[in-house]
Amino acid sequence: MEIFLILVSSILVNNFVLSRFLGICPFLGVSKKVETAVGMGMAVTFVMTLASMITYFVQYYVLEPLGIQFLQTIAFILVIASLVQFVEMVIQKMSPTLYQALGVFLPLITTNCAVLGVAIINIDSNYNLIQTIVNGMGAAIGFTLAIVLFAGIRERLELADVPESFKGFPIALITASLMAIAFLGFTGLV
Amino acid sequence: MSLILNSVISLGAMGLLFGSGLAYASKKFAVEVDPRVEAINEALPGANCGGCGYPGCGGLSNAIVAGEAPVNGCPVGGAETTAKIAEIMGQTAQEGEKTVAKVICNGTCNNAKEKSEYYGINDCRAAALVSGGSKSCQYGCLGLGTCVNVCQFGAITIKDGIANIDKDKCVSCGKCLEVCPKSVIDWVPYSQEVVVECNSEEFGKDVKSKCAVGCIGCGMCAKACPFGAITMEGKLAKIDYTKCTQCMVCTAKCPTKAISGELSKRKKAVIEEDKCVGCTICAKKCPVEAIEGELKQKHSVIEDKCIGCGECAKKCPKDAIKMK
Ligand code: SF4
Ligand code: SF4
Repeated sequence: MEIFLILVSSILVNNFVLSRFLGICPFLGVSKKVETAVGMGMAVTFVMTLASMITYFVQYYVLEPLGIQFLQTIAFILVIASLVQFVEMVIQKMSPTLYQALGVFLPLITTNCAVLGVAIINIDSNYNLIQTIVNGMGAAIGFTLAIVLFAGIRERLELADVPESFKGFPIALITASLMAIAFLGFTGLV
Repeated sequence: MSLILNSVISLGAMGLLFGSGLAYASKKFAVEVDPRVEAINEALPGANCGGCGYPGCGGLSNAIVAGEAPVNGCPVGGAETTAKIAEIMGQTAQEGEKTVAKVICNGTCNNAKEKSEYYGINDCRAAALVSGGSKSCQYGCLGLGTCVNVCQFGAITIKDGIANIDKDKCVSCGKCLEVCPKSVIDWVPYSQEVVVECNSEEFGKDVKSKCAVGCIGCGMCAKACPFGAITMEGKLAKIDYTKCTQCMVCTAKCPTKAISGELSKRKKAVIEEDKCVGCTICAKKCPVEAIEGELKQKHSVIEDKCIGCGECAKKCPKDAIKMK
C-alpha cells in the first residue's frame, strides 16, 4: 500500500515537472512532437530508475560507511553522467532516428536536475531500496506523462490561431503553467 | 587524513569502475559511421547557422552522404567548401546561382512619407507594434536596423532610412527574413538587377499619396514585358526571375520607377562578324526587331533598338553573338 502511495504521489501529486519544477529544459525543448517526447520520456525513465538504484547503493554502501556523505552530489553526478553516456550509446545503436531527434538533449540529461533531484530526494526521505526504485520510476513516469501531454497540446497549438506575439515559447510557457495549475488539483490525494 | 584518503579512493574507484564499464559498452555498441560524414563535417564551416535547413552542420553532412542534400547545400561555405565536399563525394560541383536576401522596398527618407514620429527603442519590431511604425506606408522598411543587428556577416547597412543588403557579403542564411516584422526582405537571385521594389498591397491612389516610388498596380510592366515574366498579383507586379532576361523594358515603362535596374548598364548584343553565317535565326528571335541583315549575309545589331535580353545570343547556332 505504501508503495502504491509513493507511486501515485510521485507521478501525480509531486509531479517532478509540474509541481517541483525540476527538469524544465527537456520539458520545453523536446516537446514539439509526441514521438520524440515519448522517446525522451523513456530515456529519462531508464536513467532515473537505474540512477535511483545505483545511488542508493553508493549512498549506503560507500558514502555512509566511509563517513563521506558530503561527497553525495559529486558521486551522484558521476553515476548519472556514466548512465547517460551508456544510454546515449544504446540509443544511437538501437534507434538512430530517436538519437537524431533527441539531439543535444540526450547528453543534457546528465545535468538534468530532475535525475539528480530524485536521487537526493530518495535519500532525504529515508526510503528503502524498493521504495527508492518505485519513487524513481514514479518520478520518471510523471515526467514522461507531463512531457507527452504537453507535446500533444503543442502539436495542436501548431495549428491553432495563436496571436503573433504569443507564438512559440510564450504560449508554450503559458500552457505549461496552466498544466501545473491543473496538476495542483491532485494535492491532498495522498 | 583518512577522510581525505577515503574520499579520493572511493571516488577514484567509482570513476574507474564506471569508466571501464563505459569503455566496454562503447566497443559493444559501436556504431559504424560513414567516414565521409566525418570528412564532410570537417570541410563544413562549423557555423551551425541552420541556413541549409538542417539543425546544424552535422545534420547537413549526414544528409549529403545519404544523398538527400546537394553537395552545395551549405549556403555559408561558398565555392571552396562545395568543391571540397564534391571531392569527398566523388562528384564535380554543381554550382547553382546563389540567391541572396534583398530589401524589397525603396521607401527612403525622400521617397516615403512619415505619418508620425517614433520615440522608442531602436528596434523595428518594437516600432511595428506602435500602429505599424512611423512610415505612412504600412508595408515599407522601417529602417531601425533589426536586421542589421541579426546579420552575423555584416551584410546589411541602413542608408537613407531603409536597409540595404550587400549581396557579396550575404551568405543566404535567412536570419534577416525571419526577424523583419514587415517582411520586406525576400530572396532574389544574385545576378538579378530587375526587381519590383515595393510590397504595398494598397490601391494605386493610396500608394501614390504615401510613397513616390511605390508600385501602383497599373500593369504597364506586365504588358510591356516581351517575355511574359511579369504577372499582376493583386495590386502588385511580380517578376518570375526564371523567365526574366533583365532587358529592363519594364524598368523603363514603370511610371513610378518602382522597378529597379540601371538602363545605362544594360548589356547589348554584339555580333562577331567572322562567325556569323547569316542564318537569320537571331533576327527571328529578337522580340524588338533589333537585328538586321539579309539571308547568308553578315547580320548586325541596331544598338538603339536592342534591349539586351540575350534571346538571340542564346539561340545563335554559331555562337557568334556576345552580350557586352
Ligand atoms: S542575415 Fe545577412 S547574411 Fe543572412 S540572409 Fe540576411 S543579409 Fe544575408
Ligand atoms: S527586365 Fe525585361 S524580361 Fe525582365 S521582367 Fe522586365 S521586361 Fe520582363
